[in-house]
Amino acid sequence: MKMNGARIILECLKKEGVDTVFGYPGGTVINLYDELYNFKAINHILPRHEQAGTHAADGYARATGRVGVAIATSGPGATNTVTGIATAYMDSIPMVIITGQVPTALIGNDAFQEVDIIGITRPCTKHSFLIRDVKDIAMTMKKAFYIARSGRPGPVLVDFPKDVQMAMGEFHYPETVEIRSYKPNLSGHPRQVEKAVAMILDSRRPVMYVGGGAVLGDAAEPLTLLARTLSIPVTTTLMGLGSFPESDPNSLGMLGMHGSYCANMAMTNSDLIIAIGARFDDRVTGKLSTFAPHAKIIHIDVDPTSIKKNVRVDLPIVGDVKDVLTKMIKQVEKSGDKQAEFTAALAPWHADISGWKEKHPIGYKQSSTIIKPQFVIQKLRELSDDDAIISTDVGQHQMWTAQFFKFNKPRTLLTSGGLGTMGFGLPAAMGAQAAFPERQVITICGDGGIQMNIQEMATLVQNRLPVKIVILNNNFLGMVRQWQELFFDKRYSSTCMELPIDYIKLADAYGAKGFLATKPGDVESVIKKGFKEKGPVIMEFKIAREEKVLPMVPAGASLNEMVLNA
Amino acid sequence: MQHTISVIVENDFGVLSRVATLFSGRGFNIDSLSVAPTNEDGLSRMTIVTRGDAQILEQINKQLNKLIDVLKVLDFSDGSAVERELALIKVSAEDDARAEVLRVVDIFRAKIIDVTPRSYTIEATGNPIKIDAILELLRPLGLKEVVRTGSVAIGRGAKGWNG
Repeated sequence: MKMNGARIILECLKKEGVDTVFGYPGGTVINLYDELYNFKAINHILPRHEQAGTHAADGYARATGRVGVAIATSGPGATNTVTGIATAYMDSIPMVIITGQVPTALIGNDAFQEVDIIGITRPCTKHSFLIRDVKDIAMTMKKAFYIARSGRPGPVLVDFPKDVQMAMGEFHYPETVEIRSYKPNLSGHPRQVEKAVAMILDSRRPVMYVGGGAVLGDAAEPLTLLARTLSIPVTTTLMGLGSFPESDPNSLGMLGMHGSYCANMAMTNSDLIIAIGARFDDRVTGKLSTFAPHAKIIHIDVDPTSIKKNVRVDLPIVGDVKDVLTKMIKQVEKSGDKQAEFTAALAPWHADISGWKEKHPIGYKQSSTIIKPQFVIQKLRELSDDDAIISTDVGQHQMWTAQFFKFNKPRTLLTSGGLGTMGFGLPAAMGAQAAFPERQVITICGDGGIQMNIQEMATLVQNRLPVKIVILNNNFLGMVRQWQELFFDKRYSSTCMELPIDYIKLADAYGAKGFLATKPGDVESVIKKGFKEKGPVIMEFKIAREEKVLPMVPAGASLNEMVLNA
Repeated sequence: MQHTISVIVENDFGVLSRVATLFSGRGFNIDSLSVAPTNEDGLSRMTIVTRGDAQILEQINKQLNKLIDVLKVLDFSDGSAVERELALIKVSAEDDARAEVLRVVDIFRAKIIDVTPRSYTIEATGNPIKIDAILELLRPLGLKEVVRTGSVAIGRGAKGWNG
């Protein structure tokens, strides 16, 4: 059947199972939008800024595990997606971003609203395509989706010139796709698996260090089974939270710069680190020369470049984490008596860990007069649904959420870890709510980040996305203020945002509801009122102004040199 | 330590840019770079001379392999390859110097490809070390212009890069 290029690309999206796209129209995508007008299979959501559109597609992908799709026009529309693309790239999120482009004859001519978006995003996309011929659309889209979701996932950009959108062609979606230069290794080598299990059973102070890869690879089940079978303590990175239930007694919570004392001590004193879908990032290792001085390292990851990049690895296993962990479980089942012998021998290690947990648990000083942010997080946990999805923005509130919320299920925390993008929280929650209209979706933001994409209030109300927005307001750019307090003698350079904003009026201006809590006694009632609202709602909490995130591993210090009180 | 790497890539739009961006973005050195199509349909071959220790080299190899358009990375650091480079050298030569230039050209089995009463232009091929040597000998005579291609390398033995 003959149709124009714009229609072909929509048919491709339909074939890939895409049911939701976040896009913003413009001159070079007006043909695409004309075809979208009657295209029933796809629900199109209009954000109020392309950055928010890409963050929404990102949040959608993180919550569902499927490929998120965003559309933008050429020029400024495309450049507005760059932050969103880089955010997805740093956290390995599967996304396809379609940008309009000027007609092929005008490319390179400094035409109106023309940018070399492929050039600009080259360092922060997994791959990109420029479609020059209507005949290439279907195969390009098939490749784009395959690349986005396979191996280590990532954002793929497809640049789509206007004349190609207007040209007529036959639509035929390829059955299979093969890229001879891209063949990710998904299957863990059986001999490496054997060696890994042998190393584990020989160890006496093992720790599982789990990263975002375990969530992206949907490996929570085999991970939890393996950890519980062998009774190995588990710590996760910010990106790995939820892949192992924090309610489990073997959970150490998050590790790293703002991780728990027991997690950081366990890593430092361990004799075997089993790294699963994690990349030994600088937020986690602290000073590399003193990192885990007594530990052998098993590193399981689908991406070989992550292995041995920062630390020396004793046993690398390249493969899909779910595949490798499942094979390890089978291997453990064959080990007979050794297994019982091993779990019994761990008793002194478990005692050490309990000791560390008791000595410096994650905590804060409660107050009867000022709202403490940690208290709000705890109350949110208590009063929210079990399967609620939480997104955060970036800063102190993000760390407090990671420390105090206690995540038990994967894909329930959506947070920008690698790039640390302020303004991520609200649009990401928007994307997750679009994916799961029936689930409770809560975004926890600071007063800095919420302003960066506040315009999305309009999208929430127009599309009936009842996101619950929590603003922890200390009238500061909190995380920077903390560093200025600790290392720059409290010289609060440009971090104080004294202007009081009436968020209730702001919510009302968009047609939403707002609630304000100013004393600890208000917290529970504000949360309950907010959760009862059928539509989107802002809940503002005026929190203690100079609270610090602790523990903290200062820059350049070792993982076990935590500042515990300050 | 210098390493010579050959990268077999799909001859797709932007692939040279991707490889160059990879090197610059991650702070890897490019001492020289040469690229041209191969005998196989749609494939090009890039030869890059880079510098770094073993850990950096391993990262370079892995990051290159990660690129979607890269089919194979050949690391010729272990002497398993023959390496060649071509240089076009314009040297000023008057009176006695002219005979000296001809002697050097003869010793290195290079060729004169252009001549004027005051200069010679020389074409020299060989291992990069040989090219360095001929340039060192000609330098005192007066180098006017030097154009080098950068190294290309091919593995020794009967097998091709693909087996």
